[in-house]
Amino acid sequence: MKMILRPYCVSKPAVLASVLLMLSGCASVEPWVKPYERDKLADPIMAFGRHPVALQHVAHVRDSREAAKGANGSGGGGCGCN
Amino acid sequence: MAAGAVVVVVTRLLTLFILFCSVAQAAVLPQDRADLMYHAYQGGGVSIDGPAVMLRKKAGQSVSLSAYYYVDTVSGASVDVQATASAYTEEREEKRVGIDYLAGNSIVSLNYAQSDENDYNAKSVSFAIAHDTFGGMTTLSLEAGLGDDEVGRNGDESFSESLKRYNYKLGWTQVLTDRWIAALNVQVDLDEGFLNNPYRSVRYLNTNESRGYSYQAEVYPNTRNTVAIALVNKFYLPYRAAVSVNLRHYQDSWDIRAFDAEVEYVHPLSQQWVLEAKMRWYSQGQANFYRDLFDYANQQNFMARDKELSEFNNITLGLGASYMLPVWGAWPEAKPELTLQWDHIRFNYKNFRNVTVVDASAGLEPLYRLEANVIRAFFSLYF
Repeated sequence: MKMILRPYCVSKPAVLASVLLMLSGCASVEPWVKPYERDKLADPIMAFGRHPVALQHVAHVRDSREAAKGANGSGGGGCGCN
Repeated sequence: MAAGAVVVVVTRLLTLFILFCSVAQAAVLPQDRADLMYHAYQGGGVSIDGPAVMLRKKAGQSVSLSAYYYVDTVSGASVDVQATASAYTEEREEKRVGIDYLAGNSIVSLNYAQSDENDYNAKSVSFAIAHDTFGGMTTLSLEAGLGDDEVGRNGDESFSESLKRYNYKLGWTQVLTDRWIAALNVQVDLDEGFLNNPYRSVRYLNTNESRGYSYQAEVYPNTRNTVAIALVNKFYLPYRAAVSVNLRHYQDSWDIRAFDAEVEYVHPLSQQWVLEAKMRWYSQGQANFYRDLFDYANQQNFMARDKELSEFNNITLGLGASYMLPVWGAWPEAKPELTLQWDHIRFNYKNFRNVTVVDASAGLEPLYRLEANVIRAFFSLYF
């Protein structure tokens, strides 16, 4: 018998429900690294982009010579250390 | 526009995430600092150097202002210029201003940038929001930018083209342990307009020429859509030192795929000295309309011979040292620091040949290689 493979379909309400379920899970998960445990993350050597002026130059040198571009750096912060 | 729809969906997800996961935790504005830098690049017959200044200062409790000024002075002749033109000198000036506004656990940023050369002017504006959540362990960020470029050509006053650039960035920075922080960044770029280099040419076989080939102007598509995904991991080692591991994948509508990996090590020697070392490997495939030597003139609707669109890899080795200077008596709050960084880069082109070698048959010239040295020396003042 010939087997017909149907594309995997998920309804929009199911996707929304899944996303809400995943996100609502966050409310029950406590932050596991407390602020007083972030002294090492707050060390200047752990900063993303310790020297912004140098990072600008590094990115400029690369972008001028390579086809790839973008997604450099980070959204900043994150450790809530200060 | 597909990317616009993606941004709408992402924005909604971000809003949902914030609603469900918010835990009161104030974000922090960047530290006040001033940097004065000298930069130099030497490689492939080209020298580029100049100064750069960056200033960031808070205005009150909720606002941080930033300014950046950068100059490139270019001289010499790359292998492309040697093949079809003569050495030249030109200058590029770049200026940026920005404002960051702190509102609770969010920072809203607005930035404007302008770059001016005698044959290229670019202006761009970007808007970003970064939100700290989950007890300060998570930062989500979203950025949208718009650029407007004017392209000219020296010696041809009638030549004028334009280019519009749109970019969207999404970032997720996460504290994973008390020694490990990671960031996932995605960026989508949409470029529309004149994407060529107006000076560069492609070459094609021509037996009527003694060298065996002729040149014609390159032709690029008018659109380019790109996506880049990067994962950054930073670790605090068992002793006071840090290692970061960065991975990035890139691909675009010109069929270029690229990957790069970088490892950086930062090691404080004392209260005054911090040493750093890094190694980076980059590899890319060629654009689908790139060829080093076409079979005949106008062979394709799109034709390019830019080495930046060829298949190549490069490896970078970098070293740096920072020295914290003694505090000034007249301004004890300010901390001055000197930093010197040196990068050595080797490019290995896989299908871009060195046409300055004249005793080889067309298409059998040696593959081009390039070594470059990059120096950055800067004085920083934290206050």
